[in-house]
Amino acid sequence: MGILDRFFKSHGPDWGVHPDDHKRPAADAPLRTLPVPEKLYIPMQQHVGGPARPVVLVGQAVLKGQLLAEAQGNISAPIHAPTSGRVVAIGEITAPHPSGLAQLAITLASDGNDTWGERQPVVDPFSLSPAEIAKRTAAAGVVGLGGATFPSAVKFNLGKRLKVSTLIVNGGECEPYLSSDDCLMRYRASEVVDGLRIIMHAIGAGDALVGIEENKPEAIAAMKLAAEPFGNVRICPVPARYPMGSDKQLIQTLTGKEVPADARAAEVGVLVHNVSTCAAVHRALRLGEPLIERIVTVNGGAVATPGNVFAPLGARVADLLGFTGLTQEPARLILGGPMMGTLLPHATIPIVKGASGILAFDAREARVPEAGACIRCGSCTRACPMGLLPLEMANHIRAGDLEGALRYELSDCIACGCCAYVCPAHIPLVQYFSHAKGELSARERSKLRNAATRRLVEQRLARLERETREKAAAAAKRKAERDAAKARAAGTSVTEASP
Amino acid sequence: MSNTLRPPLVAAPYAVTPHNVSRVMLWVAAALAPATVFGFWLYGWPAVHLWLITIGFSLFGEALCLRLMQRAAIPVLLDGSALLTGWLLALSLPPWAPWWLGAFGGLFATIIGKQVFGGLGQNLFNPAMVARVALLISFPAAMTVWVAPLPLTNPAAPGFIDGLRITMGGLPAAFDGVTSATMLGHAKTELSRGIDLAHSLVTVGAPADDLSGARAGSLGETASVLLAGGGLLLLVLRIITWHIPVAMLTAIAIPALIFHAIDPTRYLSTASHLLSGGAMLGAFFIATDYVTSPNTRLGQLLFGAGVGFLTYVIRTWGGYPEGVAFAVLLMNALTPVIDRYLKPRIYGRDRRGKALEIAEESTS
Repeated sequence: MGILDRFFKSHGPDWGVHPDDHKRPAADAPLRTLPVPEKLYIPMQQHVGGPARPVVLVGQAVLKGQLLAEAQGNISAPIHAPTSGRVVAIGEITAPHPSGLAQLAITLASDGNDTWGERQPVVDPFSLSPAEIAKRTAAAGVVGLGGATFPSAVKFNLGKRLKVSTLIVNGGECEPYLSSDDCLMRYRASEVVDGLRIIMHAIGAGDALVGIEENKPEAIAAMKLAAEPFGNVRICPVPARYPMGSDKQLIQTLTGKEVPADARAAEVGVLVHNVSTCAAVHRALRLGEPLIERIVTVNGGAVATPGNVFAPLGARVADLLGFTGLTQEPARLILGGPMMGTLLPHATIPIVKGASGILAFDAREARVPEAGACIRCGSCTRACPMGLLPLEMANHIRAGDLEGALRYELSDCIACGCCAYVCPAHIPLVQYFSHAKGELSARERSKLRNAATRRLVEQRLARLERETREKAAAAAKRKAERDAAKARAAGTSVTEASP
Repeated sequence: MSNTLRPPLVAAPYAVTPHNVSRVMLWVAAALAPATVFGFWLYGWPAVHLWLITIGFSLFGEALCLRLMQRAAIPVLLDGSALLTGWLLALSLPPWAPWWLGAFGGLFATIIGKQVFGGLGQNLFNPAMVARVALLISFPAAMTVWVAPLPLTNPAAPGFIDGLRITMGGLPAAFDGVTSATMLGHAKTELSRGIDLAHSLVTVGAPADDLSGARAGSLGETASVLLAGGGLLLLVLRIITWHIPVAMLTAIAIPALIFHAIDPTRYLSTASHLLSGGAMLGAFFIATDYVTSPNTRLGQLLFGAGVGFLTYVIRTWGGYPEGVAFAVLLMNALTPVIDRYLKPRIYGRDRRGKALEIAEESTS
């Protein structure tokens, strides 16, 4: 490495950003287990797709792992009881969403015994057919735990259908502050490796590449040890660069393949699953345990003892923060990471399947600098992992020209936040793009609605016209018949008269 | 934990870079400081006065426009962009120029060059270069009176008061003896009189490729080494990238190399071209202006090469001895076109924006 490299070559990929990761000391703190709170609040929508439908009644006693709500529709996932106890309410609670809107949830009062219900472990998952694995994974309510929460079994079937050759396992965890995947790989590497091998079997992949950012040497070492017996599972350290954990960027880094625009990863022969998802698949198959708990990183300047906490789903943010302690009233609460996470309106919101972290920011971390004028420095274009031109798109959107932004392929934006992060003028670029995408899809919907209305109107007019025509034809026919009858009558009279 | 924590409505990301616009501007100013201080030392108090006046009036022009638009002036002035505009303009002026030249230029730069377009980030042309060219065309005589270096430490150098008198009243007779010509200007004049470079360059005080920069020229353009050092600082800090400076200097150097090899008596050497006039100042500080240069790497290479090549053409065959300002403005005008056609390739798409074909897996 010469001095010239400093000027002419950036280190690692030429996209993305490298924010201060704030992962330690939280990542190095030992994994703690949250004692089961007295009450758990279990939302019915913890995944992409249709919300689950409750199958229990208020007052009913349930065991740990028992089905609480069943999947509804093709893309959906069931939800199970995180502990044993009694259903005390089925009603609306505040959803984990910045709007603070209400959402259907089951409230479960713990009986303190944490008694498991019936489990159906499989000794040798590799003897099962891929379809059976997908079925069991679906029944266990496993969804993508990297944040997208897409039902995993649906993805398995997709992988099977599109002939995926390589499974990409995402251990990137590129979001600052978060270390739940890191913690999982350190403590449960063998579960992750077993789970990913089961997934390989389920999708028919011949090999697996596990991408882990270089800033997690302990996780890399643990995973290498666990993967050693399996020649077709390779642990690949990747540069620590946000958003390395994004599917498209990880696929490119590990395989050199690019997923074409508007295509799915499976179409280029790869499928991405998160390390936590792999561990959940392992538990679902080997132990027969549904997805009812997860590791959550509790971090941020306002947290007294930042670290990773193993918590039942449905525990509230306040329970976790109470467990780790606070040094001050948080100035901001975030579910997920600081780059793509969700702002929480308050702490009485439950942990869901996709909750990788809870961040309680102090006033300094929560500071939002005032947005200024764009100086066209181009930082955003260099940071964009998709190769878009955020400043041009924002210019068009500010001027109300959403179609103009579309010409810059706004629809390819993955909302990773790199542009807004690096902007020296602190322009909330992602907000512009989210606004434009929302507005465009609303327009699209209204266009469809208008088209449907127009079609109905046209059909009605056509029908009316047809009816009028038919009426006229019928009238004409009747008239003709009448005339004919008259003519006949006249004819008869004429013939009668003629002789 | 209260139930009423109401966060302000902000969207992800919740982490932001520690960089900001003022910091960028201040680093650029810091990178300019060594060459500027050297200019002060070289040309004495009049240069200091002119520098202050130019910056003062460019700040005043900006504040005036903001007041007229009924916007708060102080936060905008604090972003440092008007300061930098005035600074760059001052560095491109003859060091002993009269006060009104700096004042007019400063006002012209921020009012006509920048605020009329809509303020920071909206101007098509580099404000400092717009003002310099306006001055050069309007006041060609005052803009081409150069002085030979008369360092502050020299007893003959004007003191603070004399310096003020020079700046306020124009060049007094007492100092008339020190006027000189720039190397590029001298070479052009002599060539037009039919005297070739082999003879004309002998009479110039310092050799054209003297690295120290102790020769006649604009306030801040002669110290090539210090300017390049400042530019390297900006590169290390990643405030600028190498594309524009390297492309521009290469595009000056290559034609210079070719034509000097063909006829050294008519065409200046590569070193003379790179080290004189506004080449270094232009390459690292003016052509790299974010607002008026393309925002993709490929576009920046093309832009830099265009500025460099046009500079060489204007210097060699044009009517003016120096062409950096004109070259920058011409390429500024092309920037929107460059940005339109040289977009980066989008992930999953080809250069034209069409989705990539799905490659058939041969193994499966």
